[in-house]
Amino acid sequence: MNLFEFLTPSAEVCRRTGPHDKIVFSSRVRLARNVPGISFPGHGKKADRVRAYEQLLPAIQAVHVMAGGMAESMERLTPNDKQLLVERHLISREHAAKGAGSGFVLNREESFCVMINEEDHLRMQALRPGLQLREAWVAIDALDTALQEHTEFAFSSQYGYLTACPTNLGTGIRVSAMLHLPGLVLSEQVSQIIQAVSKLGLAVRGLYGEGTEALGNIFQVSNQMTLGESESEIVERINKVLQQVIEHEENARLSLLEKKSRVVFNHIGRAYGILSHAHTISSKETMNLLSLLRLGVDIGMLPAGSRPFVDELLLLTQPAHLQALFTKREKLAAEERDILRADVLRDRLKTLERPDHTVFLGGAAPGIAPVE
Amino acid sequence: MVCQLCKQKDATVHLTQIVEDEMKKLDLCESCAKQKGVNDPTGFSLAELLLGASAESEAATAVAGVPEITCPRCGLTHAEFKKNGRLGCSECYGAFADSLESLLKGMHKGTRHRGKVPKAMRRAADQQASLERLGVQLQAAITAEDFEQAARLRDEIKAVKSES
Repeated sequence: MNLFEFLTPSAEVCRRTGPHDKIVFSSRVRLARNVPGISFPGHGKKADRVRAYEQLLPAIQAVHVMAGGMAESMERLTPNDKQLLVERHLISREHAAKGAGSGFVLNREESFCVMINEEDHLRMQALRPGLQLREAWVAIDALDTALQEHTEFAFSSQYGYLTACPTNLGTGIRVSAMLHLPGLVLSEQVSQIIQAVSKLGLAVRGLYGEGTEALGNIFQVSNQMTLGESESEIVERINKVLQQVIEHEENARLSLLEKKSRVVFNHIGRAYGILSHAHTISSKETMNLLSLLRLGVDIGMLPAGSRPFVDELLLLTQPAHLQALFTKREKLAAEERDILRADVLRDRLKTLERPDHTVFLGGAAPGIAPVE
Repeated sequence: MVCQLCKQKDATVHLTQIVEDEMKKLDLCESCAKQKGVNDPTGFSLAELLLGASAESEAATAVAGVPEITCPRCGLTHAEFKKNGRLGCSECYGAFADSLESLLKGMHKGTRHRGKVPKAMRRAADQQASLERLGVQLQAAITAEDFEQAARLRDEIKAVKSES
């Protein structure tokens, strides 16, 4: 089956809505599980991985919610397919590097994605748009319970579910949310927030997880501790913290508009100018500028309801999605991609009205100094 | 050149690998190489081979006289675990329990699992709990010389035990 054809079109993905989706792109809960008596993927031989794969795949496919999904071995995917899955946040970058003996199962709605033989034999995740950590936990808990009808997982009454890395031991849970925080970045408060969040035992990372940059003002917040607390306690704790981060982001945006409206208008106006007129543009610059357009939509400088439009551009302009748009072309070199990316942006942005800062003048937003 | 393992046939397979920052060379004849799985590059490590060929000298080089702890199921050594931070299999947790405890203390909120328990284990745990509860009640009934109640509890305990 062709992966790109199976995946929900980008435009449709970006129209999915959820609570607080102005600031929270998506919520995810993943559980790590292993098969007893078979070495973990990183230590075992290929034969061990194949044995785990062959035991787990039918069990996963037998679960009702995974019916009609797509299952594929990593070795049968092209490098671009793997990158597509990474850009959709369905598999990790680490998993994309795997070959024979590793695979994934994705359900039709793309609300569940299970990785086989990543760092653990099984990494199952539930994904939801907006802030829906509780919902994602309930969903993955049900999938885990259903799976346990078909297969046994390594478990100790003292340590809980046994994982390849002791940092995942116990619940094997990683609860995370992807946040858009341009207000905190522009007002230079984001490092303070990151520090505060880290002190609470949570990790803040860039767009693609561990060791990645916070491109496009996008941050991932997740729990680090997995043992000694129940899953719901972990979910509730991180949920509470996220509510506060959301509040800080909203306040930062308000105060920027009150005190530094011209700086904000300038950023958004320039972002629109470059994106709609560039003839070559890197993925990194594109993400940073599209983040500003997204902010422009949120504060009303760009037409209300155009957030899905901007989010779609965020997805489409990433390397593998761009390559998939030009299927007839050979693998694009980075320079060619930058040119095609600019072409796509110029073309698409023709339909987006120019940013309008006058909505803030004439008392529409009290406290904003008029632009001289 | 003679094969280093059988010391009889001509060595035709020559291996060079960096093992712990040291270059190790090995010359083998074809049949010995095959026997050691050298022609399967995915699952082959010279370190393993050297370790197997001279297990005693390897143990001697491990931390000054202290015998290296190794997982009996997957063969992961404690040194490898310390180096990579990853365990080899689910049984490593038993093998390295002593050093894990302090590691986990610094890493997590606690060192005991308080989350979801597999259904099968939950059934066993529930059963254990009801047996303990019934045992206490039975003792109390006997002490109170309420033999009717004691007989009822004894039957109940028998029923719970037969469930498994």
